[in-house]
Amino acid sequence: MKRRLSIKRRVYSGALTGFMYLAVGIAVAALIGIIGFVLYRGLGHITWEFLTTARSALRNTVGILPNILYTLYIIFTTLLIALPLGIGAAIYLNEYAAKRRLVRFIEFVIELLAGIPSIIFGLIGVLFFIQAMGMRRPSLLVGALTLSILVLPTIVRTTQEALKTVPAAYREGAFALGATKWYMIRTIILPASADGIVGGTILAVGRMVGESAALLFTAGMGYALVTNYFEALQTAGGTLTVMLFVYITEHGDFDTAFAIASVLLIIVLLLNIGVKLVKRRLKKI
Amino acid sequence: MNIIRTKDLSLFYGSFQALRDINLNIPEREITALIGPSGCGKSTFLRTLNRMNDLIPGVKITGQITCHGEDIYAHGTDPIALRKQVGMVFQKPNPFPMSIFDNIAYGPKLHESLSKPDMADLVERSLRGAALWDEVKDRLKKSALSLSGGQQQRLCIARALSVSPDVLLMDEPTSALDPASTMKIEELMGRLKQNYTVVIVTHNMQQAARISDRTAFFLTGDLVETGRTDEVFSMPRDKRTEDYITGRFG
Ligand SMILES: Nc1ncnc2c1ncn2[C@@H]1O[C@H](COP(=O)(O)OP(=O)(O)OP(=O)(O)O)[C@@H](O)[C@H]1O
Ligand SMILES: [Mg+2]
Repeated sequence: MKRRLSIKRRVYSGALTGFMYLAVGIAVAALIGIIGFVLYRGLGHITWEFLTTARSALRNTVGILPNILYTLYIIFTTLLIALPLGIGAAIYLNEYAAKRRLVRFIEFVIELLAGIPSIIFGLIGVLFFIQAMGMRRPSLLVGALTLSILVLPTIVRTTQEALKTVPAAYREGAFALGATKWYMIRTIILPASADGIVGGTILAVGRMVGESAALLFTAGMGYALVTNYFEALQTAGGTLTVMLFVYITEHGDFDTAFAIASVLLIIVLLLNIGVKLVKRRLKKI
Repeated sequence: MNIIRTKDLSLFYGSFQALRDINLNIPEREITALIGPSGCGKSTFLRTLNRMNDLIPGVKITGQITCHGEDIYAHGTDPIALRKQVGMVFQKPNPFPMSIFDNIAYGPKLHESLSKPDMADLVERSLRGAALWDEVKDRLKKSALSLSGGQQQRLCIARALSVSPDVLLMDEPTSALDPASTMKIEELMGRLKQNYTVVIVTHNMQQAARISDRTAFFLTGDLVETGRTDEVFSMPRDKRTEDYITGRFG
């Protein structure tokens, strides 16, 4: 009796293990397959000219320098708006808000916000920023404002998680020395949760890099080279992902699309390495 | 001279009464031990003395506590100024995740701006005061978390001393430490009482008997008995004190 059970159990656990290996194998193979295919199709089309010039209809050349710049500008501007808001909101929710019911309600709304498809944020961007606030036409600034709403939940949630990991004993220790709440937050809580906040920020940057639906109609699809940051903010400009979309749908130019995709993959890879390095740096003390 | 006096002090966590009409005087430059079974309100009482309970929502306090004759819960009393005067050391060592030096400098920076040499001086004095200087003087810039548990606790004592308090509150400061570290801290307390008033919560009867001058016995929110430690331990007036001290307690 006992023996039979154990055989049955062994077969069961063997099948389960086999299934898990299969699942992992499929996932890894798909990932490597996709990355490999994109790089295979794209890397060959990345030239110096491609990276350092703007697209020229006259010379019939393709370049993505403006779009790289636009992507960086949008990321920078979005962080400028969303980081203070998001971190501030998380600090308020975790450290100051006294009404638990209100906090839970706000957290629920943030959760909802995180689940909304990004095209809807694009729609809100068009309706609210362009029409209601009178900004009239797509621009990097409108795109960044839209993205700020999009990534706010990510930043708030990850910051909240990071704040929660700071032991209560640190807080008590600081209070017992006569620290005010804000001083304690500034000198103990924020430094101690910095690596979590940086991690969340980079996650948010990852979302921005990958976003296209929310930007298509808010930031636009321009590709003229505008290097001045403040001028660029008022210009309509396509980020890399938006241009990828544009090159496929408007030009049927898959070579350029795959080249852009390769650049995006490399950026994402660099971001991930960046996270690892930053976290290791911050862990040191 | 009594530095702290409580008069009919009661404390409620919401509707639960954790302290009932406590009247206790704490004499200057002596060690007062608070003893009693788990959950009797020792920590709660200790934390009323530097208003740490203010941080817990739903706490209500009635009665009066005076420090140097001033009502510490009076309108307009600044809890921050009070906490500078009445320092605290916790059960689990809780150094901040920064260097040894910065841990000690944290408190003084809150209350005054010192020149670099003055600060270095103050850090050294505080560490010497907690008998830790010789062990860490070559690694002040190292993370405080790299110290042993016993060293961390002495660091926390040094950190409390850095803002020159009059009173040190210690909530089971040695219960997380090994016997050797415990001995060091007990020795240290013997020296500290020359300059500071110490109130210590302990579960260890031998420790209370060894180091304290006065003992207060708490039971389910009541202060049952208080007196000179040798008297409380040799001829307790209350039957419940005797039962507790002799370990006949449930
Ligand atoms: N934040 C709180 N909210 C509600 N009740 C609390 C809170 N803190 C303590 N209590 C209750 O108050 C009573 C006294 O707790 P306290 O921590 O002061 O006991 P203690 O004597 O220090 O015990 P121990 O020896 O275990 O540390 C206990 O019944 C406890 O459950
Ligand atoms: Mg306690």
